[in-house]
Amino acid sequence: MSLYTPSSPHFHANNSVTQIMLKVVYALIPGILLYVLFFGFGIVMNLLIAVVTALTCEALILKLRKRPIIPFLTDGSALVTAVLLALSVPSIAPWWIIFIGTAFAIIIAKHLYGGLGYNPFNPAMVAYAMLLISFPLQMTTWPLPLSNSNDYLGLVDSFVISFFDTASAGFAIDAISGATPLDYLKSQLGLEQSVSQIMQSSANFGLLGGSGFEWVNIAFLAGGIWLMKKKIISWHIPVATISSLIILAFIFYIYNSEQYASPFFHLFTGATILCAFFIATDPVSAATTPRGKIFYGVGIGILIFVIRNWGGYPDAVAFAVLIMNMCAPTIDYYTKPKPYGHR
Amino acid sequence: MIKNLFKFPGGVHVSQFKDLSIHEKVEPAKLPSKLVLPLHQHIGAAAEPCVEIGELVLKGQKIASANGYVSAPIHAPTSGTIEDIGDYPIAHPSGMSAPCIVIKPDGDDKWIELESHASDYSSIDPSHLRNIIRRAGIVGLGGAGFPTYIKHNPGPDGSVDTLIINGSECEPYITCDDSLMRDRPDEIVCGIRIIKHALNAKHVVVAIEDNKPEAFQAIKKALADFDDESIEAVQIPTIYPAGSEKQLIYTVTGKEVPQNSLPINISIVCQNIGTTAAVYRAINHGEPLISRYVTVTGDIHQPKNLEVLFGTPINELVDQCGGVKGSVRRLIIGGPMMGFAMHQLNLPVIKTTNCVLIDAKESKAFKTRDFAMPCIRCGSCAEACPAGLIPQQLYWYSKSQEFDKAQDYNLYDCIECGCCDYVCPSKIPLVQYYRFAKAEIWKRELEMQKSNTARQRHEFHQFRVEREKAEKAEKHRQKKAALQAKENANKDDIKTGKEADPKKAAILAAMERAKAKKAEPKNTDNLTEAQKKLIAEIDAKRAKQRNAASQAKPTNEDSKDSNNS
Ligand code: SF4
Ligand code: SF4
Repeated sequence: MSLYTPSSPHFHANNSVTQIMLKVVYALIPGILLYVLFFGFGIVMNLLIAVVTALTCEALILKLRKRPIIPFLTDGSALVTAVLLALSVPSIAPWWIIFIGTAFAIIIAKHLYGGLGYNPFNPAMVAYAMLLISFPLQMTTWPLPLSNSNDYLGLVDSFVISFFDTASAGFAIDAISGATPLDYLKSQLGLEQSVSQIMQSSANFGLLGGSGFEWVNIAFLAGGIWLMKKKIISWHIPVATISSLIILAFIFYIYNSEQYASPFFHLFTGATILCAFFIATDPVSAATTPRGKIFYGVGIGILIFVIRNWGGYPDAVAFAVLIMNMCAPTIDYYTKPKPYGHR
Repeated sequence: MIKNLFKFPGGVHVSQFKDLSIHEKVEPAKLPSKLVLPLHQHIGAAAEPCVEIGELVLKGQKIASANGYVSAPIHAPTSGTIEDIGDYPIAHPSGMSAPCIVIKPDGDDKWIELESHASDYSSIDPSHLRNIIRRAGIVGLGGAGFPTYIKHNPGPDGSVDTLIINGSECEPYITCDDSLMRDRPDEIVCGIRIIKHALNAKHVVVAIEDNKPEAFQAIKKALADFDDESIEAVQIPTIYPAGSEKQLIYTVTGKEVPQNSLPINISIVCQNIGTTAAVYRAINHGEPLISRYVTVTGDIHQPKNLEVLFGTPINELVDQCGGVKGSVRRLIIGGPMMGFAMHQLNLPVIKTTNCVLIDAKESKAFKTRDFAMPCIRCGSCAEACPAGLIPQQLYWYSKSQEFDKAQDYNLYDCIECGCCDYVCPSKIPLVQYYRFAKAEIWKRELEMQKSNTARQRHEFHQFRVEREKAEKAEKHRQKKAALQAKENANKDDIKTGKEADPKKAAILAAMERAKAKKAEPKNTDNLTEAQKKLIAEIDAKRAKQRNAASQAKPTNEDSKDSNNS
């Protein structure tokens, strides 16, 4: 009789990749609920389509690659990619936008690079960038918050919008959609209006940022802080990303508040919060050393500000993250901690 | 006095499970029908048997002597007959057998005549103290089993700054040091004072994790009996691996032992609690090391600490503690974080066996490793690593066998504590990969050495062949010359020219040629850049380690000690 003789340690923390990924999804739920409250059920359609597509693609590819299907399908990573992409795409986009994006994220951005743990770029952001470049119209038509449109988009409406078109659901596209606050601000600034004029001219802007979205973002922030408390993510990347963005925005705001939006605006509009807590923190593609994470986060914050103000796209999260993904290995190499006995 | 403690980076909070075994009273293990004493129970060379099969031995009698400087003698744990000297299974992860002495106890448990040394240890010369400790076969009881007397050498300064007594016992489940501190605080404190004297230590810190308040109080009380301000007991935070030597030194002093160096080089010596008690018994009672406290715990009915004679089979300890709850899946010697899983239960307890931990198939505390997910680069491992390494990179390079890169990321600073492995959400057997990489590097290095020796042999052979050839040619030439000389003499016009010794010149030339060959050794011609780099790095590493080792070399005084014994 020979006993079981694995290598030490014989004890393991009660954690798993699945648990980590699921917690990330849980942390997004409050924000999603507010999203539904303010903008209707379009986001639910997005989520459903994305999740089904992601899991199907994942299973197919795993089978093709002859990998064990169950452990990888249940690891939750495809789920997180799907949810993040669904949240980044306008909730009134047609189904095929989400379908193509998700399939691209899983098949190309994830598995072509070797699958879980091997993808150098955040799959959801690769897919988002691809969609934005390929389908700019559908990707920039965002729903208006409830207060602005008389009609709330229920589940059935959302289904019809997603699979047919807005007219079939009995809505005029202009009544329910518009440009995002970031987009609007950018185009109006181009028309030589001042920030305060623009803010007043459109009911699209709320207290802190885009009306409606500001509350969704606050809920995401709460979820992010919960993730930090649960030690699923460390403070480095969110804090570095947000503080560098705020500081830059603040400096420019002080310098010329007619030309540059306030730090609050930058924080609570667009995908800043989602990025800082949920996207940039994707472990696989981020920097991993503690100091490296700070450089990485600061880089993202700066890039977001630069692209928003001077770049060609209204929001910059995807590009900022992708650019910093490229730098991550180098950052890691130069920020190796000093081991014990080397000081 | 210790004002503040320092927090080493990383570490993990692990469920303790110490309650299982600490509440029962310590009892002596039953005398087994056979004691199997491996000759190799310590770091260094195996001891050499000095008894014959069939010989009667008394308790405490030396049955195997130390073999060289880094070695320790072995004594009979009880009186009886030497039944066999031969290979038996030992507690080694490979499941191998090794030379052992088997004693069949006679049940009388009759001691040899003991020679107590110490009405007053402080009158004994430190080198003599070391000698007694050496002869008592005392080795570090914390797990590594390094011969204690070697550590009791204050080095060239004649004194050490800080002596740290390690009572932290940071591994889950293990409570043998805790029990010892509760049971025998006075012996421990006496032992500490003896070691302090031997080392001429300025400060002594007894470090106890704060999950052992009773032990801490007991030691504190025992210390209060002596009015010695230079010895103090401190409570350190409970976090694994607080008791690992390097981490403990950092916690207590804030100093780091430089890479490839030893604590003594920064004037610090660490000793385990159990060792201090053993030192006391050796000095005050003349008793050699023949038994120790062993925690028997895990999935068994009555987990407890036993005082066990070396050589007692583990399965008998388990039986004495009520047997296994369910069926055994694994036997771990040591704790769950760094302990080794053994192939079978019928293995003898040795000097370094601090804990016998049973994992039953029905257990929930332990899991089996079935499937590892890929590394998701979450960085949890780096956060947990007390050595400040980046375990996921080490893993990456160990797995891809890029050992030079693994060394670049300081593979050799890894203490195999298992923290990274513990926290990894992907359940990757990280430590196993590091062990593999280390073993592989040593293997390659050995091969390199072998090929070096082979090359030297080959060169010498070449040289000899050439020399013989040269000599032959020379003889030939001389004969010819002689012939010619004769002819010339015949011609009567001999010119006496002064020539340098031709034979010597030929040999010199041959040597020159061999040297030239040596300058570009043939079997390293076709190395790739990576291999060359690897060789250079390994050489550098070796040189560093040699340096460290030479700094730790004995002084003359100690070599004298070893001659005496
Ligand atoms: S803890 Fe495991 S999964 Fe996370 S980075 Fe380390 S090795 Fe990779
Ligand atoms: S086993 Fe090695 S790499 Fe892992 S935490 Fe311990 S020292 Fe660090």
